[in-house]
Amino acid sequence: MSNTDFVLSIEDLTVSFDGFKAVDNLTMYIDKNELRVVIGPNGAGKTTVLDLICGKTKSTSGSIKFMNKELTKLSEHEIVREGVGRKFQTPSIYENLSVYQNLEVSYPKGRGVFGSLTFKRTAEVEAQVRKVAEEIMLSDLLDLEAALLSHGQKQWLEIGMLLMQDPELLMLDEPVAGMSAKERDQTAELLNKICNNRSVLVIEHDMEFVKKIAHKVTVLHQGKILAEGSMDKVQEDEKVIEVYLGH
Amino acid sequence: MNAILSKLNSSELLGGKKGVLGLAVLAAVIFILLPLGVDIFRLNLVGKYLTYAFVAVSLVLLWGNGGILSLGQGIFFGLGGYGMAMFMKLEASDPISTKIQTTPGIPDFMDWNQLTELPWFWEPFNSLPLTIAAILIIPALFAYIIGFAMFKRRVGGVYFAIITQAIALILSILIVGQQGLTGGVNGITDLKTMLGWDTRTDSAKYILYYVNGILLFGCILLSRYILTSKFGMLLLAMRDKEERVRFSGYDVSDFKIFIFCVAAMISAIGGAMFTLQVGFMSPSFVGIVPSIEMVIFCAVGGRISLIGAVYGTLLVNYGKTFFSETYPELWLFLMGGLFMAVVMFFPNGLAGLWDQHARKLKFMKRFYDDTPEPERFEPTLSAAKDTAEAAVAKKEKPAKVANMKGAKA
Repeated sequence: MSNTDFVLSIEDLTVSFDGFKAVDNLTMYIDKNELRVVIGPNGAGKTTVLDLICGKTKSTSGSIKFMNKELTKLSEHEIVREGVGRKFQTPSIYENLSVYQNLEVSYPKGRGVFGSLTFKRTAEVEAQVRKVAEEIMLSDLLDLEAALLSHGQKQWLEIGMLLMQDPELLMLDEPVAGMSAKERDQTAELLNKICNNRSVLVIEHDMEFVKKIAHKVTVLHQGKILAEGSMDKVQEDEKVIEVYLGH
Repeated sequence: MNAILSKLNSSELLGGKKGVLGLAVLAAVIFILLPLGVDIFRLNLVGKYLTYAFVAVSLVLLWGNGGILSLGQGIFFGLGGYGMAMFMKLEASDPISTKIQTTPGIPDFMDWNQLTELPWFWEPFNSLPLTIAAILIIPALFAYIIGFAMFKRRVGGVYFAIITQAIALILSILIVGQQGLTGGVNGITDLKTMLGWDTRTDSAKYILYYVNGILLFGCILLSRYILTSKFGMLLLAMRDKEERVRFSGYDVSDFKIFIFCVAAMISAIGGAMFTLQVGFMSPSFVGIVPSIEMVIFCAVGGRISLIGAVYGTLLVNYGKTFFSETYPELWLFLMGGLFMAVVMFFPNGLAGLWDQHARKLKFMKRFYDDTPEPERFEPTLSAAKDTAEAAVAKKEKPAKVANMKGAKA
């Protein structure tokens, strides 16, 4: 496969679990600064695609190239160090640490054993934490134990932890699940802001929310791409209506 | 006094005002109160208990903070203890005092087992520097091998606990089985001197007690350094959400292997000091039972508190001595009951109880005012959390959460 300008190029990606193909010969490209949303019914393989990209699941065949570097052979932490950040479906934050510490721990310095023993909280780290906290609307709650945040704030905090790493590609699995209407709006705003200098890949069910953020939508069904294009185009696609939107 | 306190307060290493106070009180107890208050026989017992405290401290790092439960810390305590015992045994087995043996100059148990020369792996223990190096390095190396094999394959939790327990059992069986090489079930006994210095005299016992105490403080400070660094934060993070740490670009296994090695080394120092103070080492300090007992010491003291672990060890062992002198058959039941009670009713152990109540005491207030450290597992905390979640359910403004903090303190 030749080098491309795409941030992420997935080609012929297949993963099979005991013969069941959760992702089947998937090919997909993501541009720089693009915000892509992947939708599809339950079991379509959306989360599996994210798992494959970030190394949580190993592919059976095919290739995933990030900035022209093959990811399928790398381990999870190496993929993160290449510049891929991933948010999990349920908020995955460190409940025993404060909001500040949650962000600080995610700062991409002192990632080795000895590096972390000698890591110092410099002005640079401090500034980055405050900047990200501002973005995720948690500036006033830096000293609060993360366990005490509301569900929506936990989701934002996890996004913030990814922003600390300043990834080239940010992957979010259902970021607004369980959020109130107001929080959804705020999250949409946040996502539109943060995709300015990076690519974002979002899995989402909430169509209203998708309309607000998506540049381009990919519809997955049974591990295959059913349709791809702008939200309007996808919504009119008959196949899509049949398997997904029509319900 | 206040000036000194506030000066030290800036040092995170000592854990702020509260940490300094904790260390100062513990130092006063270990270095002044106990030596003055009890006779040398009892003090020697306390010294023995304090060697277990090394293991309890190592478990605070490993289990309390890292969430890695090792039920095999006896392995490392034993390796350290045997290292020191081998050195002292060789010194006690000079050709003159062993001239009645078939092969003079080798330890007595080897002679009884028809060995005619010193096994190769005993040779380095003729030298004290090599022995000290072995006491520190061999347990760490062994921990590295176990850790590498387990953590790289992402074996954790209960499986790790069971495997460490199995290794402790294997090692103790191996020691018992290889009588000629290890002294078997009796262990290595009749240890008298270290570089010609008689360790059985009262003055030697005092000196060893103080050396032991100083080393224990050294280990506590080392542990505190680790826990206050980013490494310590990552340990807590791993205990909470290991996947998140991994997907934040950290090789989780490296961190686990490292802390396991440090814990092994600290335990081994305790083992070596045990041999010096008690005068023998045997497989009964290596196997499953002692390994689990040490987890109980740590749990009773408070598994996230380095200082609490020391008190826990002292208290449980005091109880053990007291009860096994008066009601020997009851002790094991009491110990089991104690462990269950701690797990069920105060998961933070003595340290947690103290923290909870000390806040309310007037004279303790100033030590807490500037350190509103949130209590983990505290009932009021989960209450606040519930309220916070209820607030979310009612779609109230999340800013309310900020008030919870006030309500909690």
